[in-house]
Amino acid sequence: MATLKVPAAVPAVADDCEQLRKAFEGWGTNEELIISILGHRDAAQRRAIRRAYAETYGQELLRSITDEISGDFERAVILWTLDPAERDAVLANEAARKWQPGNRVLVEIACARSSAQLFAVRQAYHDRFKHSLEEDVAAHATGDFRKLLVPLVTAYRYEGQEVNTRLAHSEAKILHEKIHHKKYSDDEIIRILTTRSKAQLLATFNYYNDEYGHRINKDLKGDPKDEFLQTLRAVIRCFTCPERYLEKVARQAIAGLGTDENALTRVITTRAEVDLKLIAEAYQKRNSVPLERAVAGDTSGDYERLLLALLGQE
Amino acid sequence: MQQFLAQASSNGAASPRASASPVHLRPQPKREKEAPPAAAAAMADEHQELTRAFSGMGGLGVDETALVSALGRWRRQPEKRTQFRRSFPGFFSLSAGAAAGIERCEDEFVRHLEAEFSRLKDAAVLWAMHPWERDARWAHHVLHRAHPPPVLVEVACTRAADDLLGARRAYHALYHRSIEEDVAYLVKDANANLLLGLVTAYRYEGQHVSEELAKEEAKALAAAVKSAPATTKLLVQNEQVVRVLATRSKPQLRATFKIYKELQGKPLEEDLAGEPCLQEAVKCLDAPANYFAEVISAAFKDDADKQAKAALTRVVVSRAEADMDEIKDACAKQHGSKLVDAVAKNTHGLYRDALLAMIGK
Repeated sequence: MATLKVPAAVPAVADDCEQLRKAFEGWGTNEELIISILGHRDAAQRRAIRRAYAETYGQELLRSITDEISGDFERAVILWTLDPAERDAVLANEAARKWQPGNRVLVEIACARSSAQLFAVRQAYHDRFKHSLEEDVAAHATGDFRKLLVPLVTAYRYEGQEVNTRLAHSEAKILHEKIHHKKYSDDEIIRILTTRSKAQLLATFNYYNDEYGHRINKDLKGDPKDEFLQTLRAVIRCFTCPERYLEKVARQAIAGLGTDENALTRVITTRAEVDLKLIAEAYQKRNSVPLERAVAGDTSGDYERLLLALLGQE
Repeated sequence: MQQFLAQASSNGAASPRASASPVHLRPQPKREKEAPPAAAAAMADEHQELTRAFSGMGGLGVDETALVSALGRWRRQPEKRTQFRRSFPGFFSLSAGAAAGIERCEDEFVRHLEAEFSRLKDAAVLWAMHPWERDARWAHHVLHRAHPPPVLVEVACTRAADDLLGARRAYHALYHRSIEEDVAYLVKDANANLLLGLVTAYRYEGQHVSEELAKEEAKALAAAVKSAPATTKLLVQNEQVVRVLATRSKPQLRATFKIYKELQGKPLEEDLAGEPCLQEAVKCLDAPANYFAEVISAAFKDDADKQAKAALTRVVVSRAEADMDEIKDACAKQHGSKLVDAVAKNTHGLYRDALLAMIGK
């Protein structure tokens, strides 16, 4: 599931720090060394390295990185080195501040994380930005999007497996009716999607499929320019099949002329320790080309090397 | 996360209560920490008394005076209550999963105890519970019994951000649903969006305030208030209003309210007189001590109904450890008389003693 490769014999934290310090010293930077260390340590190890580095050298590791490196590589290294909750908080802050209707990063963060993880993101957000996440989302998103996104990021869903089948039936009916009348931003749809637990929602969607013969997302396919519909579909897909949703994000980042480096970095750094393997498998299945090869073809230099390291290449 | 303490036999301070009740209730000897033996023995005695007070279920009566004295002694010492809950496994079970770390009451015992301690009303049980469980139970009760939403607004706005989260976790553990699910599903009136926003907030807790933002939002609120009579929607349905109240941090909101008062010449609460839910939210966010003082004095009025009276227990129990001193000051300012005097005059019997013990000097 995770693609991150950590060596069997991990060097001591002090050694890692020393090596990293050497990589920054003098003219230029030894990027290969940085990738070979940070690209092969898990979250706990990276946290230990950051702490030891700050104690030993009196400077934050991330500060050294921003001073010495730039561009896509810098962004990828920084996002990767952060703790998962901090990383999501940084991404969320960016997405909220520069919000526009086609931006679905907040949906990813709110729906493809567990309740506890989403809450950790909110706490990390407090610490870093001195605001609550919901403040910033509410202040920048507008209209129907705000109606949907604010409850989405403030949800603290029940995480258990208990499902009320009668409720699943009735809510599937409500969803169907509202969608049928094209009331996509109706309060009931938003209520159901932003408050029910994941298990309950899956049951509801299954019942929808059984009762009406096709999946709910099919009914939400309307005008491809309608960003709100796309957002609703993204929400549902993140609940039901996050790996396939993220595969699509990666695919769209790579395909065509040029690359959406931000999206690619986001998918790889946020999932390398979670389920990037599944995403890569889905990618291969859909595109007949391994994800590593596609990434190598579309990126270059140290940025490419870091992404490939996170994808599990030695 | 504290582990459930294995109840090893200690210095023989407590023997299994010889309760004639058929309930599997055996207070275990609690574990002593590094307290010196004398203090340990004193603590052991306190625990003994209290478990005795609670164990008379099954019809042999309860020791209410012991409970009242414990209420006084353990004032401002939540750790003691936690230890007591830990040492009472038959009654308080450590809940697993999302709410791990708090000990929750078994529902059956709650009902029994409420009956047994009925002279203290439900102060005893509420007092012993973990505050998160208390808040979750109140919220659930209010949502499912069609009582007006004030309690919900109170819980959502006057608790610290982490305590509100704890209450939400406790709600998961107790009712297998999230609180926002139930609010969204059961509250169908105009207040729904506001309540949902308040209940799911995780406000920034620091002191950083932006004056510009406060000015901007005070102006926005003023505009909303001015244009409200002309539209068909209530203020509580106004998106801007809900957004500001449900997401901004408390210090930020207080700055905003202050500027509003300067701009409009009167406080925001006055302009919201026609919308009780909204008005209450503003009061709770701005100056909770004043709000609680009002609730308490409403309970003493002649025409107070059952809920107003129950509010007295609720406020005293939930705020005894939090801001009771500020509430006492607010009472003195509002009515000129001290809170302890008002309580002593208007309540009676052991209930009165319990309340006074919790309020403290």
